[in-house]
This record gives sequence, C-alpha cells and structure tokens, in this order.
Amino acid sequence: MALITLFLLSVVVFVMAQLLPGDVGRNVLGPFASQDQVDRLNDTLGVNRPLVVQYWDWISHFLRGDLGTSLQYQVPVSDLLGPALANSLKLAAVAFVLVVPLSILGGTIAGLKRGGITDRVITVGGLSLTAVPEFVTAIVLILIFGVTLGWLPVTATAPEGASIPTQLEYLLLPSFALVAVLFGYIARITRSSVMESVDADYTRTAYLKGLSQRQVVGRHVLRNSLLPTIAVVATQVGYLIGGLLVIEKLFNYNGIGQRIYTAAVNKDFLLLESGVMIVGVIYLVATFIADVLYSVFNPRIRVQGSE
Amino acid sequence: MTEIATEVGAAALELDALDVVYRVRGRDRQVLRGLTLSVKRGEAYGLVGESGCGKSTAALALVQYLPRNGFVRSGAIRIDGRDVLSLSGSELRRHRAKAVSMVYQNPGAALNPSIRIGNQVAEVFKVLGVSGSDATDRARAALEKVQIADPGSVMRRYPHQLSGGMQQRVIIAMALATDPALLILDEPTTGLDATVEAEVLDLVAGLQAELNTSVLFISHNLGIIQKMCDRVGVLYAGRLVEEGDTESLLSDPRHPYTVGLLRCVPRAGVRKDHGRLDTIPGFMPNVGDQLPGCVFAGRCTLAEDRCHTEEPDAHVVGAGHLSRCHFHDRAQTLPREFSADLVLPNVDRSVPPLLRFDDLGKVFAQGGHDVHALVGVSAKIWIGETLGLVGESGSGKTTLARTLLGIIPSTSGAVVLDGRELAGTLGKRSSDDLRSLQIVFQNPDSALNRRHQVRRILRRSLKKLSGLTGNAAEARLHELMQAVRLSERYVSARPGQLSGGLKQRLAIARAFAGDPKLVVCDEPTSALDVSVQAAILNLLVELQAEKRVSYLFISHDLGVVRYVSDRIAVLYLGRLMELGPSETIYDGPHHPYTEALLSALPTIDGEPRERIRLEGDIPSAANPPGGCVFHTRCPRRLGAICDDVEPPLIEVEENHLMRCHIPLEELRTLQRGHETPESAGSAT
Repeated sequence: MALITLFLLSVVVFVMAQLLPGDVGRNVLGPFASQDQVDRLNDTLGVNRPLVVQYWDWISHFLRGDLGTSLQYQVPVSDLLGPALANSLKLAAVAFVLVVPLSILGGTIAGLKRGGITDRVITVGGLSLTAVPEFVTAIVLILIFGVTLGWLPVTATAPEGASIPTQLEYLLLPSFALVAVLFGYIARITRSSVMESVDADYTRTAYLKGLSQRQVVGRHVLRNSLLPTIAVVATQVGYLIGGLLVIEKLFNYNGIGQRIYTAAVNKDFLLLESGVMIVGVIYLVATFIADVLYSVFNPRIRVQGSE
Repeated sequence: MTEIATEVGAAALELDALDVVYRVRGRDRQVLRGLTLSVKRGEAYGLVGESGCGKSTAALALVQYLPRNGFVRSGAIRIDGRDVLSLSGSELRRHRAKAVSMVYQNPGAALNPSIRIGNQVAEVFKVLGVSGSDATDRARAALEKVQIADPGSVMRRYPHQLSGGMQQRVIIAMALATDPALLILDEPTTGLDATVEAEVLDLVAGLQAELNTSVLFISHNLGIIQKMCDRVGVLYAGRLVEEGDTESLLSDPRHPYTVGLLRCVPRAGVRKDHGRLDTIPGFMPNVGDQLPGCVFAGRCTLAEDRCHTEEPDAHVVGAGHLSRCHFHDRAQTLPREFSADLVLPNVDRSVPPLLRFDDLGKVFAQGGHDVHALVGVSAKIWIGETLGLVGESGSGKTTLARTLLGIIPSTSGAVVLDGRELAGTLGKRSSDDLRSLQIVFQNPDSALNRRHQVRRILRRSLKKLSGLTGNAAEARLHELMQAVRLSERYVSARPGQLSGGLKQRLAIARAFAGDPKLVVCDEPTSALDVSVQAAILNLLVELQAEKRVSYLFISHDLGVVRYVSDRIAVLYLGRLMELGPSETIYDGPHHPYTEALLSALPTIDGEPRERIRLEGDIPSAANPPGGCVFHTRCPRRLGAICDDVEPPLIEVEENHLMRCHIPLEELRTLQRGHETPESAGSAT
C-alpha cells in the first residue's frame, strides 16, 4: 500500500516538475549564452530525452540511493538535501516537542470543562490560529517578538558554531509559527475524544466506584481518549513538513523546504523530485509509526477476539 | 407509607416526594413527580415502567449521577439512613464506594475497554485503601463469588475478550464486592440471550439471598420482576401509580395502566388465531408536560372529567397495596381491545411451498479458519404462514435471513422461491424477486434515512419496487399508510419526529410497498415497549390476514414467537435442531435445547417451569464440538453416542422434526414433570 502511494507520488512529482515553465540549460547558463550552447548543455544533461526514459533513469538511481547531481549546482543532490533535511528535522522536532503536550493539555482541559469559558477560549482561539495562514502568523510573530520587543532573533539560522541553547533560541520563533497552526487541530481532536470518554458508560462505572475526578480522568478517561489523538498527531507530521516550506522561506532557514522551493524556481529537476520523494517517505514512515503506536495502545487490536 | 418511615432502623432506601427536573433551554422539565418509595433491608423492590417513564433517571438520582442538566428540585433521598443530597464531595465518593452499587444495562460499555478485568475489579478495593496485592486477591475472590470459571485467566483479559454474560458477571462482582447497603440493577439482562439472562438472574437471586442485599431492580419486563422481586412499583410519567407485593399487584392490579401493561404481554398459550393482543392507545406524555390530574388520564379508557383535573391520592387497596386511581375499584373493567374477528389465511400445505431452503450451507473464512455459520438447513414456508426462528445469538438466525434475502450468497444448497432457485446475490436477482422478499429490521432508526420525509421514503420504495410514480404512487402511498395505521398527518414528518412504534410502522409500510410474498421480520419488536410491541404484532398479523403474506419471524422472545408463528424452527450453531408446529414445539416433547430455552423464559403466569441450566456459553462456530453439536451443554446427554455421532434430523412424529439421539417417547417421559397442566392434558 505504502509502496503504491510512493510510486504514484514519484510519477506525479516527475510530471509536475516537467510542466514547470523555463529551460534548464538557459537557467544554468544565464541570458547571455548562445542558443547553441544551451542546446548542447541540455543534451549533456539528458533533459531532452523522452520523459519515460528520464523518469526511469531518475527513479532507478533514486531507489539505489543515488539521488543524482543537481543541475543548478553541479554537486550531488544528497550533499544538498542531507544537511537541509537535518536542519528541517531540527526545526520540526522543536515545534513538535512544543505543540504535542500543549495541544493535548489544552484539548483535555477544554474537553473536561465543556461549554465553559476555558473551553471556548481554547477551542475558538485554536481554531482561529489554524485558520490564519502560517506566513501571516509568522510575520506577526516576527513583528511582535523580533522587531518590537526584540526578544528573539528574526532569522532561524544561528551563527556558525553557536551553542545548542543559542540554536534553540533561533528556532523558537519559527517553531511558534508552526505550533500556532497545529495547536487548534490537535487540541480539537483531543477535546472531542475526551468528551466521548467522559460520556462513556465506563466513566460512569469509574465514578460510581467512588473514585475522585482526578483518578477517573487519569486512569479511565485519558487512557481511552489519547488513542485517537496519537493517530492524528502522527499524520500532522506530514502537515508540519508542508508548513516548513513557507516558514523556512520566511525565516531564511536552510531546510528542505527552502531547497525544494529554490529547486522549483530554477527547474532543478533532480533536486526537486528527490526532495519531494524524501518528504513523501517521511510522511509514510510517520503514518506507519502512528499505526504501530495505535495498536500497541489499543488492546482490541493488539489482543485478538475472545478465546 | 408513613408507617414505614417511622419504623425503627433505617430502610435501605427511602425516596420522599422526589422531584427531578431536566433543564432544557432555560425551562425546567419535570421527569420525576413526587416519587415516594422505600426499600426495606434485604428486600428486592422492582421498579417497572416503559421507556421514558423516568426509571433510569430515578436510578441516576440515587447515585448522584444525573446528566449535567438534571437536578433534584425537591424531596429527599436516604440510603441506609443517610441523606444523599447533602453529602459533600468526599463523603459522596465514600458513599459510592461503600454504600451503593449499580449494575448497568450494557455491560460491554460499562467496562473500560483498555484496562484488564483484574485491575478494574481490584480498583473497587483500592478505593477503600486496600493495598495492591491484597486488592488483587480480593478481586479474584469476588470473581469466584459470581461463579466465573478460571478467574485467574479472566483477570488477565480485556473486556472485549469476554462474552456478554461474563461481562455482566464481572460488573455484578464489582457491585457486590463491598457488600453495599443498596444494589441498583438497571435493566441488567436487556440485550442478553434468554439462557444467559436466566443464568444472570439466578446468580443475582442467589447472591441476594446469601448476602441479604437490598435491591432496587429496574426493568420493563414484568416476567423478570415477578421472578426477582418481593414488591413492585409501577412508574408512569415520573409518578408511582401503583405499588404492592409482587404477588398481589400482578394478580390483582388496581391501576388501569398496570392492567393494560399486563394485558399487552403475549401470554403463554395465546396465538394469533386466538385474537389480537391488547394495547394501550396513545403515547406517554412528554417529559415536562403539565399534568394537573392523573398522569395516565390521557390514555385511560376509564377516565372521566375528574381524572383530568384532580390528582388522585394514593388509595390503600390492600395490605401494602397502593393505587393512584380515582376508580381503583374498577380498574380491571378497563375495556379490552375491540377485537374485530381476524380471518387468518388457511395455510394449505398440500400445494408446493412458497419458499424452500434446500440443504443451505454458509461458510465464512475468518482468519484462516472456516466458520460454518449454516450447516444443511432445509425448511419450507407456505403461503400465508409464519415460520418462527429461534436460537441464541451466534446460532445462525441472521445469516439464514441474509442468505435468503441475497445480502450474502450461500456456499452450498439453494433458496427456492415459487419453484425457482434464487440467485445468490441481490445484484443477480430479478426485480420481481427483490419485490417478493422484504425485511423489517430490529432497529428502524438505522434502517430509515433520517433526512427524508415519510413521503419520500415510501415514494422511493414504491418507485423501486413497484415502478409507481406520480398520482398512482401518491394514491398507493396513502393506502400503505392506512394499512399500517400511520396517520396521514405524518406524511411530511422525518423519522426523527416519530416514536419508536411509528418508525417501525413506517419500516413495515416500506417493506410492503411492493406487495411482497414473504417478509423477514428480524427482531421487529425487541427495541419497543410492550404496549407498542403488542400493537406492532397486531399489525403484522392483520397484514397477514389481509394480504396472505408469509413471514420468517426471528426473535429471542419465545412468547412473541409463539404468538405469531404457525411453525417454529430452532437453530443451534447453524444447525436445525427442531422444526414443527408451534404448539408441538411449546408443549413438547421438546429437543433438550428447546426445553432449556423455554425454561429460561421468565413468565408472568402460572408456576415457573423448572429451570434447565445450560452450562457455559454457546461454543464457537469456528470450532464446533464433534458429534451432536449440543452435547457440550446438553442436560440430557446420553453418553458416548452424543459425543461421537451427529444425530440426523428426523421426523419423530407427524410434521415434527428433531435432531436428537433420545427417542421421542423417552423425551416425553423425561419431560413430563416440567409440563404445564394445559399441555400435559394434550399429551396423551
């Protein structure tokens, strides 16, 4: 199933990339090169061959771990994507570590205090933040914390050789922008599954055993309501990476999103295609991990039927 | 009433003029109207009523677990002498942990799906401060007490790995673990198979006698109440309309509602050719309606002007027997249902049958195993007759119905309609075949599109099944609605605006849109109250009389099956165990399995039959026992022959087929002791 998804993704990305306007040779050589030179370069790069051949050439190398050479930079694509991926994962990890506990806590509180002021603030607030595009949130955050208050740096890249706390400081503002987008969504899912567990008969059983509210929530409600949340959180990994594209551009951060963006502008096929494929693989791995976690936590899937 | 209140020593439960309201859109809607009752120590008190009468609200008020919009407006609740309403948070928790316990209707949902059984039971003790390993030991002891075999293994399992009956035993174990002053049982066996129900009730009765627990038993089933309770209160629209000793209340009811309720239940020996069932006309008032007079006046055929304006007092009509009726002395003269003579079709069995199951088999592949859901089922249904289908869950009733309807194809054998073999799946059947075979489901809610109006639902069926459109369809639609006694004013209503009974009428109208030859009725009344059930059964019988339609009637309620069926088929693990005319099946001699099913039936009349206990749950169809499939639970097992050789289904007497090694005459002798006098007379 996952393999079919990846195959389809590779085809779609490849075709889309080919549809981009512009000429590779012209992009590399610049406006002053002669048409003859451009044609010769295109021949050397092989971008004039039939699409099927080009696709096979790319995908067969990709599967063997050879991501090819960037048309633009004339260096191996892996050398460009590797560090960029590491940077992106760093940013994503910071955002994730912030958003998961925050949104689950927010959602749980909202679910337990259904209909109250706290619930409304969390639900409406979260939803509004989700509805605002990340570039708007990011700009507002930059203006407030970076420019007006001057508390946090406005770029995401720390100076060369900076210590880990300093690096984190640089990553904080772009993470906030990502948190703002994801919080509302995860919190809402948590809230609705908490409410479902609160209304469930087993919660009534627990209360009528004489347990306190803290015990009921801790032992009975959360255990069941976090299950669906886990699945949702993992699918958000993909969304997070999509959001990175915009955020990295805004904060001028050297991540995979930035790379993919530049590659698309320059018609750097191999860089673009391989970059998207890697994002696809990460997304599928995250979903797979979500499924595994879900079945680990859910006895109905883990332990088959009655004897 | 005041007598009880002044008795020395507190009663287990005392409710004093309890008013409970639900606040809906700023308005208080009254659910319980001055409910006053008391449960003495060691007594089992039954609270009976139909859905919406407030009995579950009463239970939730007792444990202070009303929905967030529910409030006790006035009155008092005392459990074991303590005023429950004035308890503080921590006192309430302690009270719940020690003094009051509850057993719920749906045991599967009442257990936490992601916690092992052992931990859930142990929690009851941990709340009281018992340490971990001690709590585990006591949990094991509690499970032993409710006769769970191998408690050690059960404790390691999750709820979904237990059968419904086992889940309910676990809940009962938790409820009784701390020896509570009051045990509330809220419809504890609704949804369980008759045999399992009987086992659970036996268990509760046994433990109650042993521990001398005071019980508040809430049920809609008068048969169960009679079996389990010393005293009964009848709740209607939030008011206790009658109260008394079980014996005297059921034999000498003094409130028209009680009288009507008792008449609705199909009694043993009553069949459709004996006349219609009584019903209670009209509907229960809505929650929050202003009822200045008697709450039942709107539906009471005895009501006079006074009943609508003046609230009746609780009249003492016998020792401990109260009735809130101005005319309690003539409650039993409540007019009976106008019984226009029904001319039921004469079933002519000399002609070829309408429908034939020919050696029908169905095998499901499940996780690498073959599950034999149906094994060689052969039966016939003639025009205008009803074949009842009974058996526990997992016996293959639903699979048989689905195969017949073409929802799933059979793996062997055939379904023959009017002499033609039907295609296995719906897609391959002709529109004529589709029209001829229809179904009425148990739950009309999920069978009807709730976004469509009644008109659209019926017009669609008319178009699909009969090809009718325009004026012709409109005319037929009104005929149909009349046929199922669905008032014209509902034509633009959506299913959500109809009561359960009306929804089922609509579902029946839908099934009859194409003039079917055979309608499968899959538990059509088990989600309905008894008074509504009676009306729906009447309707089905009337339609049969009018249209000579045949029914395959599936139900777990043997009283209902007996009322509507001409012949009855008993299924067990996908095999036909017995097939014969209704009277023969009920009067015996029966197959041992049928005998057990019948003995499990709680009944409100006559001496209860001696209970035949079935050991354990129905075996898995994936791994059926060898020999006779019933031998593992059979109380009359002969010996090795039952374990090794599967008995054939043979005609033991005229029209009576049975699958058992025991000869008929021997069964007759064995079962003589358990027969009702009436049937003993007929068995010469």
